[in-house]
Formats: sequence, structure tokens, C-alpha cells
Amino acid sequence: MSPTANASSAASASSASSGNGLEQLLAAKEIVVFCGSGGVGKTSVAAACALGAVCRLGGKVLVLTIDPARRLATALGLDGVGNLARRVPADVLKAAGVEARGELWAAMLDTKQSWDELVLRHAPDDETAYRILDNRLYHNITARFVQSHDYIAMERLYELHQSGEYDLIVIDTPPTRNAADFLEAPKRMADFFGGRLLRWLTLPYRVGGKRGSRVINVASRPFYQVADRILGSKFLEDIAEFFLNFQSMYAGFSERARAVEKLLHDRRTTFAVVTTLEAAPLHEAEHFRDLLDAGKFHLGALVLNRTLPDSLLSSEGARTAARFTDDAPAVAADLARAIGDEHPVVADEARTARVLRTVGSSFQNFSLVAKREAELRVELTGRPEVVARVPSFDDEITDLSGLARIGRALFGDDA
Amino acid sequence: MGPAPDLLDCRLLFFTGKGGVGKSTMAAATAMLAADRGRRVLLVDVDGKGDLATLFEHAPVGFSPVQVHPGVLAMSMDTEASLQEYLRLNLKVPVLGRLGPLARVLDFVATAAPGVKEILTIGKICWETRESIEGRADFDMVVVDASASGHIVAQLGAPTAIQELVDVGPVRSQTDWLVEILSDPALTAVNVVTTPEEMPVAETIELVGRLRTEVTVPLGTVIVNRVLPELFTVADEETFAALREPAVSGALAGVAGSGTTEVLDGARLAVSLRRTGATHLAELDEAVDLPLLYVPYLFARVHGRRVLRMVADALGEELGL
Repeated sequence: MSPTANASSAASASSASSGNGLEQLLAAKEIVVFCGSGGVGKTSVAAACALGAVCRLGGKVLVLTIDPARRLATALGLDGVGNLARRVPADVLKAAGVEARGELWAAMLDTKQSWDELVLRHAPDDETAYRILDNRLYHNITARFVQSHDYIAMERLYELHQSGEYDLIVIDTPPTRNAADFLEAPKRMADFFGGRLLRWLTLPYRVGGKRGSRVINVASRPFYQVADRILGSKFLEDIAEFFLNFQSMYAGFSERARAVEKLLHDRRTTFAVVTTLEAAPLHEAEHFRDLLDAGKFHLGALVLNRTLPDSLLSSEGARTAARFTDDAPAVAADLARAIGDEHPVVADEARTARVLRTVGSSFQNFSLVAKREAELRVELTGRPEVVARVPSFDDEITDLSGLARIGRALFGDDA
Repeated sequence: MGPAPDLLDCRLLFFTGKGGVGKSTMAAATAMLAADRGRRVLLVDVDGKGDLATLFEHAPVGFSPVQVHPGVLAMSMDTEASLQEYLRLNLKVPVLGRLGPLARVLDFVATAAPGVKEILTIGKICWETRESIEGRADFDMVVVDASASGHIVAQLGAPTAIQELVDVGPVRSQTDWLVEILSDPALTAVNVVTTPEEMPVAETIELVGRLRTEVTVPLGTVIVNRVLPELFTVADEETFAALREPAVSGALAGVAGSGTTEVLDGARLAVSLRRTGATHLAELDEAVDLPLLYVPYLFARVHGRRVLRMVADALGEELGL
């Protein structure tokens, strides 16, 4: 082993609090998939990570985001942009105090447009493609079928990776009801197109010779009897027609879905789970970690976002806070005696006492939450992956300099 | 606008909102509050994870309602079970054994033909509501822990969507009474839960707009969860600022101990977190023309019946009960 390797493993060992290992992880990977439950700041963390990579590692880094907050989209220059990747101008980065060694690119996922492109690419001919695009079920599928959102995000990721344009692609994932949905999306898509069920469902419409026409043997099948009575036969015919058209894309589509799945398992791809230290997101993060393990995906990092500062755990702080809540009048009187002449505001002892009590009990309240968080961190860190921690900032992060701040915390500069 | 004391007068209440804002807690707390006041509530967990019952420190429940708290029955949605029930009740389908392949196909058709799964969910909810209206149920109110904002519009709009997709057949005729229940402001309200943060507020504003334009279900209230308390009056804020001046905080440390810096920093963080939240609340108040209810951030346990009690009490206070 070279000394460098020892040094880096030491860095990795100390990374539990500092997050230095993140830089190492990004240097070795081409794709980082950020996941976690909704509302934990996944999008901001992903964007901050991309920004950090541009500063530290250089190269061409793309952040593919699903649903950014408006101000973040504006900061990244994504206003009104669909699938097209845009470069965040160097002078914009510079104005935000970011010294970029490479290029930061950003793109937003447009589900409908991505689906249309997919159909146009895989349909055997234009006529079939447009028949699919015009079908009223197609609109429903692309607009409302939540899992299609998951699949299309992964499909887009594959497309961008295949383009070979970027050194690193950072993606945040769509909010899913179930964390496993997008992991399984490519496989499910492949199963769907290769499935016997699909053939079975469209069978009565195919054996008649003429597409879409009803066939006698339908009546003999209990399924169609029941389905007809629930849904009406016209609806079933619509479904069948749609899937017959869709099936013509089978070969290209399922091959593609398998390729996407393979890419997610590739060693160049890693996953990062983002969570806050609240019960529900944390529960989901742990569940997600298990799913990644079970699916043999590479889990590279765990990001604890918006954590409270350690100063809230200070025992001296606790003692002082107790004095403030219990002995406020005495402390206020002592303070007024000490410097009340120079600072007329603190000469008002009653008011000072009231403020001290409030300050003390606020500390006690937040300290309780901080202790709970600390315990959860202990329970979480029993694993070798990088654990980075981003503090709760005074202001919300909605612009590039804010992202840069998250980035510094992520990579351990502020630790 | 003032609070809506009629929140509990509705027969059917939906709770939606961005993931993670506490919509299950609000649904459960509302059920508890209604039960306190003598209502008998069916609490429906639409996402079907069964977690809702655990808020009452009860084991997860299934499709059949189970009492999880005095006056509160809970059930977990299961679209396949809902279909079975529908077929049994409406179509008198004789052989249930034949549902095996149908269930598999349903799963498949439901993902491919949106609206099917949603209609089975919303249909079951409306059916239970109608049963209670007609006095055939052992509850008089249905509280739904509904889908998150990404999915709720499709779910509530499913009956209308089915009307558009299906031209004839029994399903088509069934959707009429569903729409009737869902559109009646005396019966039904959808409540949006949020937190004073940027994304949840933005999503709430967007969702309220979509619910207004895309579905006929009446809007109830917006419930803001985890609102941090205002620490100081303007005058006290001045004192707090003075205390943080180096000379003063130094003197204070001399009087009250070396933890002064940590305590003052902690309060400053609390103030700025509150202030950031307040700007989002102002934005919400401005953009959404609905009653806002505030539930404070609870510096307490995160789970279980005790926390539910606290939320229910806070909600009751907001409603002036």
C-alpha cells in the first residue's frame, strides 16, 4: 500500500463528521443518484454536490433535477428550460463567490417530452408513433402514471450518460410514494413489455385478424365477461389498441430498460441517501438503505441535512440556560449592576429578565431536539459509507452562494 | 379569513399535502378531536402502509376497520380487496375463485390505465360515506389520510376522468353518485397540510390552485404544521440584540456562566428559523384564500398517542373548540 492510500483511508475514516470522503467518492464515480423522502432538501443537496464537484474536481458536471424550487431553478438558469441541458455561466458562478475549475451544467426533467422522444425513437414507423402519441390513454399514462415518472427519470439519466458529454452526472429522484419504485422501474418496464399478461390481454383483439375488432371467443373468457361489465367494452378496446401499438416497440424498449437497469448497478454509479433527523424521513432513509443493499446497488453516502449545531448539546450551555429560566431576575439585576450604565437597554431589569427566561427556555427546547438528533446520528453511523452532515442554516438556501455554503458543509470545509 | 369551526361538521374529510409535512398526524389528530366531541370516525389510510394505526400505538390494520381509539375505527386501503367487495356488492359475480387472474390483470391495467386504481380507492371511500349518511354504518364521519399532493388531484378527479374515458357501462353510471358526494360542500372538504418552509408552501399554493380548477371537491382549510413560536416582542428583540453585543454578552457570561454564548446562539438560531418560516407563511396567506390553522412545533416526543393528543388539542384550540 502506498502512503497515499493510507492517507485517503484515514481521511475516509475521519469523514464520519467532516464529509471529506465525498470528494473521493465523486472522483471515482460517473453518476450519483440522490434519493430520500420528500422535503428533506434532496434537490438542494444534489445541486450543491454538483457545484462542489465542479469546484474541487473540475470537469463537466451535470445536475439533472426533477422538480426544483422556483428560486433554485432560477439560480441554475433553468427557467423555462425543458430537457435541454444548459450551462450555468461562469460569471454567474463567480458572482456567487464560486471558483469553478470546470463547467456546471443543469437540466430539468420534462416527463411528457421524454416519453414522446422515447416513442418516436422506438416505434417501428412514424405512423405507429403518431397513433401512440394520439391515443387518449397515452396522455393519461405519461401525465398520471407515477411510476412512468420514475422510469423516465432513469431513462433520461441513461441517455445523458450515454452521450459521453459529462464527467459526472448528479441526479435527484422524483418523490415517490414508495422509495423502491424508481429502483424497480426499469425492471418493471421490461417485464411489462415482455410479459405474458400483455399478450393475453390483447389476444382476443389480435386473433380476429383485424386489429381492434371484437372476436367471438371473448365471451368464453371469464375475465372479459367481468371486465366488460365493469369497464364497458369500448374502454377495453381502447386499451387493447393502445397496447398493440405499444407492443410494436417491444424489442427496442425492453432492451433499453435492461440497459438502464444495468447502468444503475454499474460500479460507476453510486447512490446517496439524503435525510433530515426527523422520525418519518429517517425511517424512510433506513428503509431505502435496506432496499439498496437488497438490490445490490452501491450506497456511497448518507447526507444528514439541516442538523442542529452541536453547541445545543453543550452542558455549560444547559447550566446557563437553567440559570436563565430559574434565576432570571437575579441574573438581570447582576447584569444591570455590572454594565447597566454603559448599556441603558439592560438597565431595564424586568425586560432583561423576561428575555433571559425566553432565551433559556428556547435553548432547552432546541437542546432536546438536538439530543434526539445526536442519538439518531449514533444509531445511523454504524456503516462504512460516507456520512456528511449539513447544518441548519439561518436562512434558507435558494441561490448559488447558498448552495456553495451547503457544499462547504458537505465536503467538510466548515466542520 | 378566520378559522373554520365547520371543519368537524363535514361528513368526509380528506387530508393531503407534500410528503413529510405530517398529513397522517393531522388526519389522525382530527379523528381524535372529532371522537372527543362524540363523533364516531372511520379513519382511512389510503397509502396502505398501515402506519396510521401506529400513531395510536396500535398494530397496523388491514382493509377491515378496527377500533384503534375510543370512537375511531381505522382501515387501510387495498384496491384489490376494494374490487372484490365492489363486485360482490354490485355485480353479484358468482365465482370469486375466478378473480385470481383478474386481480393480476387489474394490477396491470391499473398501472396502464390510470383511473382504475384511483376509482377503486375513491369509490370505497364514497361508499362508506354513503353508508354512514344512510345510517347503515357504525360511524358518522370519514377522515381520509389521502395521497400526497403529487397524486391527490388524479385521485379526487378519478370519477370525472372515468366519465371521460368510459362511455357506457355500469362503472360509468356508478360515477354519478360519487361525483355528487365529492362535490357537496356540506358533506366533503379537502384539507391541505403544510409546513412553514419554501417547498411545502410553494406546493400548497400550486395544489390549491389545481384543486380549484381541476376537481369539484370543495376546499376546507390549510393546516400549517410545525410553526415555531415567536420568541420576542419588538421591544424585547431590542434587548436580545443588546445582549448579543460582545461587551454585554461578556458581562452576562461573567454573571451567568460560560455557556452564555451557546445559549444566545441557540436563541438566535430559533429566531432566524422562525423568521424564515414567517416569510413563507406570509406568502401562503397572501396566495391562498382559505382559512389557515396553525399547529405549533412540538418540542416533545415525536411519536405515539401523547403527541397525537397534543396536536389534537392544538387543532381544537385553533378551531375555537
